[in-house]
Amino acid sequence: MSEQPQVPPAEFSSYYGRPILKVTRWREPHLPAYLFLGELSGAAAVLGVAAGLTRRPGLVRAGRLVAAAAAAGGAAFLTAELGRPERFLHMLRVAKPTSPMSMGSWILVSHSGLTSAAAASDLTGLLGPLGTAAAVASAITGSLLAAYPGVLLADTAVPAWHSSYRELPLLFAGGALTAAAAAGLVAGALTGDPASLGPAQRLALVGAALEGGAELALERRSDIAAEPYQEGDGARLLRYARIATISGAVTALAARRSRPAALAAAALLAGGGICAKFAVHRAGIASAKDPKYVVATQQSHSPPTRR
Amino acid sequence: MTSNRLYGPLDDVSGDAGYVAGHPQRVGFFTDTSVCIGCKACEVACKEWNGLPDPEADALVLTGMSYDNTAELGANSWRHVAFIEQAVPAASAPALSALSRDAEGELIISASVGDTDDGGSATRWLMASDVCKHCTHAACLDVCPTGALVRTEFGTVIVQPDVCNGCAYCVSACPFGVIDRREGDGRAWKCTMCYDRLRGGLEPACAKACPTDSIQFGPLSELRETAQARLAELHAAGVPEARLYGDDPDDGVGGTGAFFLLLDEPAVYGLPPDPVVTTRDLPAMWRWAGIAAGVLAAGVAVAFTGRAGRAGRP
Repeated sequence: MSEQPQVPPAEFSSYYGRPILKVTRWREPHLPAYLFLGELSGAAAVLGVAAGLTRRPGLVRAGRLVAAAAAAGGAAFLTAELGRPERFLHMLRVAKPTSPMSMGSWILVSHSGLTSAAAASDLTGLLGPLGTAAAVASAITGSLLAAYPGVLLADTAVPAWHSSYRELPLLFAGGALTAAAAAGLVAGALTGDPASLGPAQRLALVGAALEGGAELALERRSDIAAEPYQEGDGARLLRYARIATISGAVTALAARRSRPAALAAAALLAGGGICAKFAVHRAGIASAKDPKYVVATQQSHSPPTRR
Repeated sequence: MTSNRLYGPLDDVSGDAGYVAGHPQRVGFFTDTSVCIGCKACEVACKEWNGLPDPEADALVLTGMSYDNTAELGANSWRHVAFIEQAVPAASAPALSALSRDAEGELIISASVGDTDDGGSATRWLMASDVCKHCTHAACLDVCPTGALVRTEFGTVIVQPDVCNGCAYCVSACPFGVIDRREGDGRAWKCTMCYDRLRGGLEPACAKACPTDSIQFGPLSELRETAQARLAELHAAGVPEARLYGDDPDDGVGGTGAFFLLLDEPAVYGLPPDPVVTTRDLPAMWRWAGIAAGVLAAGVAVAFTGRAGRAGRP
């Protein structure tokens, strides 16, 4: 941490040191779990379609099943997070472009339906062409589902989130790739299908580069709103995340020779992604709790649109 | 003004929200904290009129923050009186004390200064009744996914309790930390500017109850003129630190429907110095999400091209 850019101590007043903002009501593990499952589902859907195009039936099935299961799991966490879970369908009263959660709800509902249809078709062997059509459509909803949470978090008053509207979608897209890589590695290891392992290995490398790069970008920023990614819980978890992700990508190189290596790589990649989601959540909480982030950001007249 | 309705001055907020011509003019609060005496009648009147629930028994604690045991605005406190005790040089004490009442005994300024202590400093007591700002560009309303938060015909912002599903997005979006989810209820609540009273032609309960007219209610355009006059009066009387907060339509939220006259920096009162509605940057956020979605698809494509030829070849 010694090489982090130093932010000069800011002079600011506060009301008995109390937070200016409300600290988010979004809890652990719900929010990080939703973020992880959403990106896993999204990328798995894209993976399934790519596997179909390159004739890897084992990976097609894995992609479709994981996409459907993760979407359902994500939706469950999202619903459990509501103060009135029985009113989840109120999300679909309106379609509101100014609300990332409204857009995200529509994306999630469409994606869940499409991935469920594609998975059911694959499992039952019924309505194959329709299942393929649903899968292709779910690749589009999946890409959006993986990236939109960056907007969901950034479109808040939380300094560490709002100021990171460039990094967060890329971090989540990278996490989606490594999560899909983990799914592919597990599928390959369980089925012994070498055709699954090659793409999964490359996904791991590409995803780790993107995810790790976005994490580094958060850690290297010099504005005060990025400080919660550089010290405290957020920074610690972000570092663990990067270590796990990169170790996972490296371990994945041995996946074709060793089944345990493939499974270990999958665990590391998934663990890194989950850890990164917790890091972002904790950084947001830290930045909302301490009024200095609000005051210093606004007084410096380098508001979050700095770039 | 620009075509971007997410940011910048907006003359007719209700019209922008879809109310047809002839809707009532925009109303608001001008809270002149320089005459607030910290009686909390606004807090009580608000709770009484709106039937706000009692706090949990274990929430009844003494905060140690001067006379403030409400602590903050929230789901069950829609007015909050802040108390700030400040050490000021003893030399300024006589001037401030002389300002407190005019010849007819009318209150000029309530930031009374106590006895000077041995160290040559005196204590100045600032009091301010905070409330939802009813922003021109309200982040809570923008981000609400259910349409529970709406703009009223009066230009104010309210939550419809029968629609809110407690997603708590508004809680994280409000740049003033006003709105919150109610424990045990699960829905978000905040000041309605007594929408029911407005519909009946009455002023909000807090303004009605305020004994010093620190809380003034009326058409926003008139309140802004009143506030400018009061500001000039205080500056002329030798209170250069008096300033208006939230009255500027060019600020980050397009000006607030509830604005204030303060006697110190906003942060001293727990207010953000220069809040910006988060949705100002929404187009840029979606652009970056689009880029990320594209990168994701490209990443998968790259991962599959390496051996695609071989695998696909019969």
